[in-house]
Amino acid sequence: MSLSRAFFAVIRRDLVLALRRRSEIANPLLFFILVITLFPLGIGAQPHLLQAIAPGIIWVSALLAAMLSLDSLFRSDFDDGSLEQILLSPHPTSVLVLAKIVAHWLVTGLPLLIVAPLLAVFLGMPNHALGVLLLTLLLGTPVLSLIGAIGVALTVGLRRGGMILSLLVLPLYVPVLIFAGNAVQMAGGGLPVDAQINILIAILLMALVLAPLPVAAALKMSIN
Amino acid sequence: MQAKSTCTFKGAGLSCIRDDRVLFEELAFELVSGQVLLLEGKNGSGKTSLLRILCGFREPDSGAIYWCGDTVKDSLFYAQMAYVGHLDGIKKELTVLENLKMSLALSSPGQYSIHAALAKVHLAGYDDVLVQALSAGQKRRLSLARLLITENVLWILDEPFTSLDKQGIALIETLMIEHCANGGMIVLTSHHDIDLHGVDVRRTNLS
Repeated sequence: MSLSRAFFAVIRRDLVLALRRRSEIANPLLFFILVITLFPLGIGAQPHLLQAIAPGIIWVSALLAAMLSLDSLFRSDFDDGSLEQILLSPHPTSVLVLAKIVAHWLVTGLPLLIVAPLLAVFLGMPNHALGVLLLTLLLGTPVLSLIGAIGVALTVGLRRGGMILSLLVLPLYVPVLIFAGNAVQMAGGGLPVDAQINILIAILLMALVLAPLPVAAALKMSIN
Repeated sequence: MQAKSTCTFKGAGLSCIRDDRVLFEELAFELVSGQVLLLEGKNGSGKTSLLRILCGFREPDSGAIYWCGDTVKDSLFYAQMAYVGHLDGIKKELTVLENLKMSLALSSPGQYSIHAALAKVHLAGYDDVLVQALSAGQKRRLSLARLLITENVLWILDEPFTSLDKQGIALIETLMIEHCANGGMIVLTSHHDIDLHGVDVRRTNLS
């Protein structure tokens, strides 16, 4: 009975499940691409305006895509009783929950990172900002999964939790949006971004340590 | 095995109130190894609620539960119990083998290997079949196979005979008798008349 074995078994199980129901990977990614392509269509032929707001567009779309994918985090486990079995495991629930969040990020967050540079070029973002964009996404999207997990854990027992979930979670995403968006903007102007990146790292580390505990507690509450 | 013989599972003064309705009050029980506690009562009398309280999913409105003399939180309770409820707790997109491996990873290995357990519940050869292709009775037997592959003393079973045929029921009864003979204990609810030869069955009526 080893905790690391359980941790990786949960990650592996969730990845296998995601591969077998491909929509879980494809939907948030397609949503992300679609929302970003809507902006040039809506704004019209104003490349400078588009270039100026590109960091904001990409980050807001990433936020919405992450939120859209949250429900799949615990929904099926809640519906088929797997969540009960996870809670009954002698291993600490918060660690197993962290494994689920990691798997969720690998399935929904990581693909965003892969397509983001392409979309950034499409919006006319300067090339020297792409590295910083990727770095902010790498640091920021795990935070979205971690914070979102608290919201999902609280609402998974509700029949129609979708709207409440977004009201709960979106305000908590604001700090990530501010610092990540600002970092990309500054990088576009050739300014140093160390401070923003450091703050994003701090937010990530804090969320990594602090989020699994309320998630585990909220799941226990939701299941009764 | 020594832990098995000395352990007791005890509840004292348990009550459950749901939506201002008292389901049960001042309920007490004590179970030692080799014994079965059968919860009886009409629909809605609180059988499932009691089982969920015993699992720790719900807090009792009063009273406490003890495992080997300690409160559940301070003991090795979760390492020594297994629960099969209304929901199977198995993933339909995974194969039989993948599901059991997952259960094993969450707990510690018990008396039977996965293959031996599958043979025991008459699912040998189904290893690589996706669970969504199994019938309701086969799924039930699969979730009961979980009890065999993990290390546990206490089984908590909510209507274990649902959707099983006559042979399936006889099979589960045999497994339960065997578990008790090895010093295990079982708490279960059932609408079906159970027939456990040579096992000390205690009955508690909730209505």
